[in-house]
Amino acid sequence: MPTVNMTVNGKAVSGEVEARTLLVQFLRENLRLTGTHVGCDTSQCGACVVHVDGMSAKSCTMLASQCEGSDVLTIEGLADGDALHPMQEAFRENHGLQCGFCTPGMIMSAVDLAKRNGAPSEHEVREWLEGNLCRCTGYHNIVKSVMAGARAMAGQ
Amino acid sequence: MPQDGIGAAVRRKEDFRFVTGQGSYTDDINRPGQVHAAFVRSQHAHAAVRGVDTAAAEAMPGVVRILTGADYAADGLGGLPCGWLVTGKLDKPMAEPAHPPLVADRVRCVGDQVAVVIAETLQQARDAAEAVGVDYDILPAAVGIEAATAPGATQIWDEAPGNLCYDWELGDKAELDAVFADAHHVTRIELVNNRLIPNAMEPRAAIGDFDRSTGEYTLHTTSQNPHVIRLLMGAFVLQIPEHKLRVVAPDVGGGFGSKIFHYAEEAVVTWAAGKVGRPIKWTAERTESFVTDAHGRDHITVAELALDAGGRFLGMKVDTKANMGAYLSTFAPCVPTYLYATLLAGQYTTPKIWCGVQAVFTNTTPVDAYRGAGRPEATFVVERLVETAAHEMGIDPAELRRRNFVAADAFPYQTPVALLYDSGNYAGTLDQALDAADYAGFGARRAESEARGRLRGVGFSAYIEACGIAPSAVVGSLGARAGLYECGEVRVHPTGSVTVFTGSHSHGQGHETTFAQIVADRLGIDINAVEVVHGDTAKIPFGMGTYGSRSLAVGGSALTKALDKIEAKAKKIAAHLMEASDADIEFRDGKFEVAGTDRSVGFGDVALTAYVPHNFPAEELEPGLDETAFYDPANFTFPAGCHICEVEIDPDTGSVEIARFVASDDFGNIVNPMIVEGQVHGGIVQGVGQALLEGCQYDDGGQLLTGSYMDYTMPRADDVPSFSVSTRSTPCPHNPLGVKGCGEAGAIAAPAAVMNAVHDALRGRGVTRIDMPATPARIWQALQAA
Repeated sequence: MPTVNMTVNGKAVSGEVEARTLLVQFLRENLRLTGTHVGCDTSQCGACVVHVDGMSAKSCTMLASQCEGSDVLTIEGLADGDALHPMQEAFRENHGLQCGFCTPGMIMSAVDLAKRNGAPSEHEVREWLEGNLCRCTGYHNIVKSVMAGARAMAGQ
Repeated sequence: MPQDGIGAAVRRKEDFRFVTGQGSYTDDINRPGQVHAAFVRSQHAHAAVRGVDTAAAEAMPGVVRILTGADYAADGLGGLPCGWLVTGKLDKPMAEPAHPPLVADRVRCVGDQVAVVIAETLQQARDAAEAVGVDYDILPAAVGIEAATAPGATQIWDEAPGNLCYDWELGDKAELDAVFADAHHVTRIELVNNRLIPNAMEPRAAIGDFDRSTGEYTLHTTSQNPHVIRLLMGAFVLQIPEHKLRVVAPDVGGGFGSKIFHYAEEAVVTWAAGKVGRPIKWTAERTESFVTDAHGRDHITVAELALDAGGRFLGMKVDTKANMGAYLSTFAPCVPTYLYATLLAGQYTTPKIWCGVQAVFTNTTPVDAYRGAGRPEATFVVERLVETAAHEMGIDPAELRRRNFVAADAFPYQTPVALLYDSGNYAGTLDQALDAADYAGFGARRAESEARGRLRGVGFSAYIEACGIAPSAVVGSLGARAGLYECGEVRVHPTGSVTVFTGSHSHGQGHETTFAQIVADRLGIDINAVEVVHGDTAKIPFGMGTYGSRSLAVGGSALTKALDKIEAKAKKIAAHLMEASDADIEFRDGKFEVAGTDRSVGFGDVALTAYVPHNFPAEELEPGLDETAFYDPANFTFPAGCHICEVEIDPDTGSVEIARFVASDDFGNIVNPMIVEGQVHGGIVQGVGQALLEGCQYDDGGQLLTGSYMDYTMPRADDVPSFSVSTRSTPCPHNPLGVKGCGEAGAIAAPAAVMNAVHDALRGRGVTRIDMPATPARIWQALQAA
């Protein structure tokens, strides 16, 4: 089996994978980083969003081998020890999660939005999150969280 | 009272692990030596199984074992049981066909499991499952309710002639016919309650494990009620005694009812683990979830309301056909009967009600409880009828409701459909919602919309639900084969911290926070000194789990009863320490005080004394401070409220925009208002999804057309607005916390509010009927046809 090398959450990693291995499988099964979730098979739900070279990507829709040499950031790499990232803190503060399953993908997606737009409007947040499904929150508090998190990131 | 006690919007204790990706869902767990399962499923809706050829698959790399329906049958084990017996007219019991976890002879819906392939890796299991050959003799399928009940329809079960599971009624139809004959006005509607697919974001998963050294089985599963799964799977399916079976439901990624039920995959991986001697993991792919998770709703109904000249309701007749799918799922039979017909009084004094329900088998995925379960269907019938009657009689819909409300001083109120409402203030929530919605300003907004070529409508939904299920004796008399109490244990540790063990299960509801608030409030300790444990039959004495908005009303009450026992014992210890009489001890703010003196002892000192009983009333008390309580409610709880929706429709495209949505809800006392609001938001969007977006579609041959997120329209962030939600409480008089439950209200109320608004918007254009989901295509076509 071919070997793939990449940086994940700041650490150089490598692993043997089948050619068909998806990035999310490599993260969850080889690296045991189970914070990245699989909620569908069709790139629709966004539970698997991570950052690849600084941009949000659905890790169920990339092969692990496509990430050769890439810098990957997962939800596990976002906080600084026990100090939450401002977007994580915003989700907690605004009750932007219930069951928690969509949350890692939501947060990773939201961080990418906030890096592009430090003060997104409600409309912009809702449009941006079109690729992330949540069944619990009705999105109301997720939208609040993302707007607050983006402001907090911009203020840092 | 500590600042994190009852009523405080405490931020959730569980969130740190979820926002950092450290939740532990079933698929995140790996057991040593684990292998993987993939199911061979029927691609036909109805077919005889002539043979299963596993030879080629068995030779494939990594394959450990392949087990078929014939293997399961050969072991002489049980089928998946149904937990509720509905008895129809003339005391005829429902047809209750067998439901083997692996099918040997005849598949009855797409997705039926025929064999399981167990292999070293998931990919190997899936590859080999593709190579299993099944020889099917395809039979005609009966798919929709109408097709399954048509003359000459294919027979799905020999024991259910005409595909009828039961023909049930509540009330006296002849009496209602007489009422209707004399009525001033009769409103009649036909409606469809569209079939939905629950779609918790976490797909179902299960890991079966067998320890040969102890003879113990362990099942990790995505369940809302692990003890119920242990009871059903152990006693009825695999015949494993409870003390040799542990069921763990760890972090669970949403349920909405779909994870109540005992599913075939749970039994198969546990059974197979015993055979292969290694842990076996199965995780559903999303399309597997679409075809195997129990679906929701799926009713066809004709409903009539009789009114007098003053708009007072005289009687209601409701005739419903409900789709059960191919098998009876765990609680399916009670959903369109005892959770539906009993709610048809709504918030009103309708004196006479008749409801007939025919439950029908079809070659589709089983249908069972989905968020609200029967109560959304009832609310949709009642509130569409009332709104339609208001417009037909030229009475303002708010005013017509007000004329017929059960008055705030009329409780307890006995409805004609068995329920005894305990408390409420329906005019109060209506008024609050009218204010929040600026109902008075609707006319101006409608005119403004018209000026832009848009159609604006407003719709109401004054809903009621029966929650906190339930008194065990009552549900038992109605056919339930289980009790519906709850269990709570409070373990005070020697240094004064507390672990709570609850039979309720959190899969998003935030029990780790709200239950800790109850303990912190009562014992005067910091919320961070309380840990809430749930979801493990090896840790929790017993539990019936979380569904029907029952966690706080039933599980929270059990916890409160356990806290009563803790306080009573702790008072005796404190009295002993202070050489005072028990009767003189008062407990407040975490301190036991001798009334009228300055003597006191802290809760922590009492806890330590309980475990280091050197100076202890040993003749009277045992050491330790650990109490368990079971709570069986005296009645259901009755959350109620009013939701008002305003929509704007673009007649050129048929698209609907929700311009405003307000909710005023009576949930009784509230432990954590932040969590309550979140529950309402989520419920509303599931209701909006039903009204505007979601609809399960089969083709005539029984193929699921909406089997992925590419085809089934889930509500997305840009489909819905933000909401205005508020509460107005009348405490529940019969449980110790005065709580009613909030988890289902949004999904119960919203469909009627949205659809009443859609009909209101289209009324001026001559459109009289739009079925859910009110998609742009349906609305545009109705506008063209009108």
